[in-house]
Amino acid sequence: MDVFITLIQAAVSFGTVIMFGAVGEILTEKSGNLNLGVPGTMYMGGIASLASSYFYERACMSAGSAPSPVLLVIIPMTAAFLAAALGGLIYSFLTVTLRTNQNVTGLTLTIFGAGLANFFGGSLNKLAGGVGQISVAATSAVYRGGLFSFLPLPEPVMKLLFNYGFLTYAAVLIAVLVHIFLNRTGRGLNLRAVGENPATADAAGISVTKNKYLATCVGAGITGLGGLYYVMDYIKGTWANDGTIENLGWLAVALVIFATWKPLRSIWGSFLFGILFWAYLLFASGLTRRSQEIFRMLPYVITIIVLIIVSLRKKKEDQPPASLGLAYFREDR
Amino acid sequence: MIRIHKRAFMPVWARILVRLAAILAALVINGLIIYSVTKMNPIKVYETMFNGVFGSERRIWSSIREIMLLLCIGVGLAPAFKMKFWNIGAEGQILLGGIASAACMIYMPSLPNGLLLLIMFIAAAAAGGAWGFVPAIAKARLNANETLFTLMMNYIAIHLTSFFVTFWENSYGSGIVGTINSETHKGWFPPLFGQMYGMNLVMVLALVVLVFLYLRYTKHGYEIAVVGGSSNTAKYAGINVPAVTVRTVTLSGAICGIAGFIAVAGQGHTISVSTAGGRGFVAIIVAWLAKFNTFVMMLIAFLLIFLEQGAREIASNFNINDNLSKVIMGVILFFILGSEFFINYRLTRSGAEQA
Repeated sequence: MDVFITLIQAAVSFGTVIMFGAVGEILTEKSGNLNLGVPGTMYMGGIASLASSYFYERACMSAGSAPSPVLLVIIPMTAAFLAAALGGLIYSFLTVTLRTNQNVTGLTLTIFGAGLANFFGGSLNKLAGGVGQISVAATSAVYRGGLFSFLPLPEPVMKLLFNYGFLTYAAVLIAVLVHIFLNRTGRGLNLRAVGENPATADAAGISVTKNKYLATCVGAGITGLGGLYYVMDYIKGTWANDGTIENLGWLAVALVIFATWKPLRSIWGSFLFGILFWAYLLFASGLTRRSQEIFRMLPYVITIIVLIIVSLRKKKEDQPPASLGLAYFREDR
Repeated sequence: MIRIHKRAFMPVWARILVRLAAILAALVINGLIIYSVTKMNPIKVYETMFNGVFGSERRIWSSIREIMLLLCIGVGLAPAFKMKFWNIGAEGQILLGGIASAACMIYMPSLPNGLLLLIMFIAAAAAGGAWGFVPAIAKARLNANETLFTLMMNYIAIHLTSFFVTFWENSYGSGIVGTINSETHKGWFPPLFGQMYGMNLVMVLALVVLVFLYLRYTKHGYEIAVVGGSSNTAKYAGINVPAVTVRTVTLSGAICGIAGFIAVAGQGHTISVSTAGGRGFVAIIVAWLAKFNTFVMMLIAFLLIFLEQGAREIASNFNINDNLSKVIMGVILFFILGSEFFINYRLTRSGAEQA
């Protein structure tokens, strides 16, 4: 039972990172922009949140005052969202306005974002005292505090459902909101039209450029919250130059496919990926590092299987947006 | 109001000028970035970088080695990209080639070196090719999205590498394979012209020429160009599009596998998840910017490696983090990518006379 609870907890926090990434990317891809810069924007969000909270905590410390919990939440969150949205802006400017190739631009954004984040991460580690690791303990504590820990429920239930930091619930909420936006609002319909057939949308008077920019920047911002969650909750307010964010970012891209571009499906999909990734915990005693590696392949293998099944069944509602990856130029025929 | 027109034609010198302007602008921005971190005179910055790349014979050769590896992957991607098949999976194909090479080195150390290298070459090409074949057949038969498929294949390859590393790790539990055959040098490239990396250079340059000729002057190359232009046209012209797709992408994967062979036999003499080290992604950009011309790729690979090695030098001189090199690379790529707009389109004021 304990192992089971540990597994679920690990899976949920793992899933939260990629859920933010995937929901942001779904919003982006619905506009027809295939942004392969997800790991890069996630990195940018992560480092911005860490740097901003580090300087805020330090300022409070030197002023001798206790940091305000509200600001501890708002400052890194805003920084993460804006930094990642800036990544989305670079991507949109290049692909939408300058019509560069989306795949290449996205990959460049990933290289750039990862470099930027690890560069500043390394510098912050040094700034924090040479040998020591940077740590924003106060901020991390606020982020990790259980939102529902006041509930009088039996311990296993609490541990399974109500003991997570508030961002986990926020991720689910955002996924639901994006679902409602895409499927129940006029603006969402416009956005989907742009992603399916920009020429038709354009003819109907929908601004293709505006929709693509907005969806990509907001989507990148949401992805950046994944970086925020990773830094503040998953690794408890520190920094590691070990490339984990990059792997999680690509897994988020995989999750978009697995969820067949549906935000609601990405909710359970993300937790499923988390369970698959940590499944070896269940048999930890019987497993070598060797078989752990096989387990870790599972999310990717399953994504490929889904990709194949989706292509086989050709169900209309499961397909990627029709103009995904293509630049739009009105005068093209 | 500014209007955008598609350009029908731009003379070669103007194209080169636009790109040079972009590179110059990026170098200025990068100089500023480096200045803000190091407070070093920007001109001096590039002098230091130049030193880091060409400072000594050893540095020159290690730059050549890096350029050749990146170039080899770019050359491998060219056929697939020219066909508009987005092979993002070079990273995995390199690793598979690396695994195959390392396996040969470990399990067949008694063979004569020449034969062993030949077997490694074939095994690496086959493994990389197989890693390309799987997404290719899914694309050809089911029209499954190849960008996403090949991306997933990378991560399977990474975990597969870790899996094999646990079999071959030297000193149990260390998680690293270490230098393979460090005493016998079996499966290592022999020095050529007295240079340790001579063979890397010769092999990759041969591939550059061969792939250039293949794409430009063979029937296969022509088919690739037609399919890349429009698969409907290709179908109408009687080209078997699925067959061409599978053949081309398998070839592309095989060359990337050979890059893995070079990475293992020609420089690292070991295998780890960082054998590919992100080069598979950078090479995509190299191939794209060169518009699949393998000779232009040499220039771009050179530029990128120059920046990378140079930024490393600056980072080590100033004791700062060498991720700076990635930032610099990102900036320059953004600029070169963006500059293509001015090659493909031209801006006019509306109301102005149209040419």
